[in-house]
Amino acid sequence: MRVGLFIPCYVDQFYPNAAIATLELLEKLGVEVGYPARQTCCGQPMANSGYEHLTDGCNELFVDNFAEYEYVVSPSGSCTLHIKEHLHTHNDEQKALGIRKKIYELTEFLTDILKIEKLDASFPHRVGLHQSCHGQRGLKLAQMTELTANPFSKPVTLLNMVKGVEIVPLNRPDECCGFGGTFCVAEEAVSAKMGKDRVADHIQNGAEYITAADLSCLMHMEGILRRLKSPVKVIHIAEILNGVKETVV
Amino acid sequence: MTTREKILANVRKSQPPLVTAPDIFLWENRQQAEASTVLETFKTVAGNVGSKVISVESIADIKNHLNILPGTRILTSVPELFDVADDVAPYQNANPHQLENVELAILQAEFGVAENSALWVTEKQMGTRVLPFICQHLALVVNAGDIVADMHAAYQRTQGSDHSFATFIAGPSKTADIEQSLVLGAHGPRSLNIFVLTT
Amino acid sequence: MKDHAALSEAFNKDEQRVNWHDETLWWVRQKRDKASHQIPDWEELREAASQIKHNVLSDLGNYLEQFEKQAINNGISVHWAADAKEHNDIVHGILKRHGITQMVKSKSMLTEECHLNHFLEEQGINVVDSDLGELIVQLAKEPPSHIVLPCIHKKKEEIGDIFHEHLGSEKGESDPQILTETARIHLRNTFLTRRAALTGVNFAVAETGEFVVCTNEGNADMGAHLSDVHIASMGIEKLIPQRKHLSVFLRLLTRSATGQPITTYSSHFKRPRPGQEMHIVLVDNGRSIQLGREDFRNSLKCIRCGACMNTCPVYRRSGGHSYHTAVAGPIGSILAPNLDMKQYADLPFASTLCGSCTNVCPVKIDIHDQLYKWRQVIIKEGYGDKKKATAMQAMAYTLSSPKVYRIAGKAGRLVMKYAPFAVNNSLNPWYKQRDMPEPPKESFGEWYKKNRS
Repeated sequence: MRVGLFIPCYVDQFYPNAAIATLELLEKLGVEVGYPARQTCCGQPMANSGYEHLTDGCNELFVDNFAEYEYVVSPSGSCTLHIKEHLHTHNDEQKALGIRKKIYELTEFLTDILKIEKLDASFPHRVGLHQSCHGQRGLKLAQMTELTANPFSKPVTLLNMVKGVEIVPLNRPDECCGFGGTFCVAEEAVSAKMGKDRVADHIQNGAEYITAADLSCLMHMEGILRRLKSPVKVIHIAEILNGVKETVV
Repeated sequence: MTTREKILANVRKSQPPLVTAPDIFLWENRQQAEASTVLETFKTVAGNVGSKVISVESIADIKNHLNILPGTRILTSVPELFDVADDVAPYQNANPHQLENVELAILQAEFGVAENSALWVTEKQMGTRVLPFICQHLALVVNAGDIVADMHAAYQRTQGSDHSFATFIAGPSKTADIEQSLVLGAHGPRSLNIFVLTT
Repeated sequence: MKDHAALSEAFNKDEQRVNWHDETLWWVRQKRDKASHQIPDWEELREAASQIKHNVLSDLGNYLEQFEKQAINNGISVHWAADAKEHNDIVHGILKRHGITQMVKSKSMLTEECHLNHFLEEQGINVVDSDLGELIVQLAKEPPSHIVLPCIHKKKEEIGDIFHEHLGSEKGESDPQILTETARIHLRNTFLTRRAALTGVNFAVAETGEFVVCTNEGNADMGAHLSDVHIASMGIEKLIPQRKHLSVFLRLLTRSATGQPITTYSSHFKRPRPGQEMHIVLVDNGRSIQLGREDFRNSLKCIRCGACMNTCPVYRRSGGHSYHTAVAGPIGSILAPNLDMKQYADLPFASTLCGSCTNVCPVKIDIHDQLYKWRQVIIKEGYGDKKKATAMQAMAYTLSSPKVYRIAGKAGRLVMKYAPFAVNNSLNPWYKQRDMPEPPKESFGEWYKKNRS
């Protein structure tokens, strides 16, 4: 199984540990992982701001980089969803459509394709799981509280395989953190307030770490936590599933 | 071109290709729960929305539950109660303002709906339209056998009937407009008693 | 004029109040969850409602004609209004013909959209809103901030002050029970002295020509049944094909709106009472244009339950007035640009696209997808922020070239590591309430090059 690893731009630049954990985890599980060096971004920052017409360059790069792989995997629900819904190319639309069908966010790839049942990892901490909206409501990684339907959660299934993880309950299990791409600066007041409220829910319920399948939300909440000088830390779910260790930085 | 023609032309130009309406047959023909379960649900839901449900074995029995203050005006459409209340019939075509000071109205409801405790009251049963709204307190009488499970069954029951005005009533008039605090008795009745006739 | 971002920044100056507003509406959302989760086939019901409305939109021309014919047979006068002005003129015309100078009105978001009260007051006609929440905002000279809970932004003490000033309640009285009683007494007199009543319409049945008005207070009925003239204003999208379809919508409406199983009153008006005049005004006001916008026509399925507002994390923390339009929140943000793309260009951006609105919508409008699509339309039509356009072009240029991206990334991280003031300053909106991420020594790309290739 040849998997192309898509590391979104801000993860590449600011959160290499999450990317390394994703790579190592997939390798440990026997997956042959390729990382196309010429990758940049899914194009979502422009598209969500109304500039989808400026994403042609990103799209063409994406298709060139990933068309050849059997699967594309990314440690970001939001970027995965964007590709799934909006990737096009002027050269060979079939290639773009193919990628849209074979791209997976990391946790859904682990539960749905690799169908893993155990992990060799330990993380003896109280963890608050942030349900990133695009992963949850877009990719359906977990059941949504709005719907009258049976509960399930792919990230929780995986976290339960890690020794020592205690998932803390939240008062609002799937409320948005307020990041929203350029929303976080264009609507600064509401965005920051949403972030503060989300973080407070985790703190109140005794979380030591906030984890998620999306780093954009974690980056937002980390910014809030650090401003509050809170001891609570954020950590990408790949790092927990891979068994945290101090690598670089 | 009149406005009417203009709007219709614009609508026809804009509307998408015809799609048929879905069948709601499945809901309409669902097997109904046992009558006793339906009645229990009705009572529970009615209590939840602020109604008071009183089971009576006869219409006459209703009188035992009425707390009538002397000098207050009571109207009813139930003939068996004409000894304690005035007949609404004469007000059918009268000025509705004449009902301004009605304390209690006791009206027959055609049927009730268990899922939301709503009672279907038609213009005929009201005597005059404003009565169930303008009275200070309202009592509705319904036969236990006339409680249906849900709104699909309810509309099936009204099929073929023709009323100039009819309404579902579920509970006393209420509002939660001030800080979401529930207050009973907004503009209409302050209370709703439902007399369920069990025989 | 201030946009959504500026108005919500002002709203957020008082954080305690934002918390209160958020909690109050979240409570309504929770009540909605509880009610909807009790219906096992809730999701199928939503789908059925969505499809019924799809059928209505696809055959709206015929349904309108059918409804009109039936309503006229029932003895109702039917009027057609192309826009807000024509609607207001029709209402004024009816009142003028009867020499009526005072009217009582129950909740109608359409009349808010048409600014009817303001218009009638200019013509010397006094209008009293009879829904308690509407009355409160009317006395406060404010528009409603929510389509179902018009004064949800007001605290009871503020309402007490308004009632003290206008209705003579005790100074300092803020008990909702007593304030409601004050309004009851005041409005009872209004109901009894108004010869004309205007109501909205929740559903109009093409098959029978009847219309349904839902209230908890009974105010629509009090007004209508005591009046000589009843005017019902409705948007042309309010139709449903048959009477039996009401079952689907009445099951969904209040459970979605407030978590109640049904409103206290669901009144079916078919014919005027003897001696009464009944009018229906069918209003287009941009709806036929929206119907022609393939990406946005689903917004016309809306039954005005307000669930998308209660669940919206942005609405709860910015307040209804920050949307500066009659219908606030997510649904308002996809309806308003149709009416005026320039004035409401900010609204589709007042969202994180979290998608909760779409999930609670009882008629399954793809609200967050439409917000995304409106953004594309607004930028293409040239109503976007010019400064943002330049930044976006620079970003697209950087991200389209792996080489430029790597250089920019290195520079970006260096800047952050050695000169934090360059980004961590008050000019960067991120930094006002959030710290920047700690820049790592190397990017993943750089690490990969060293460790894997």
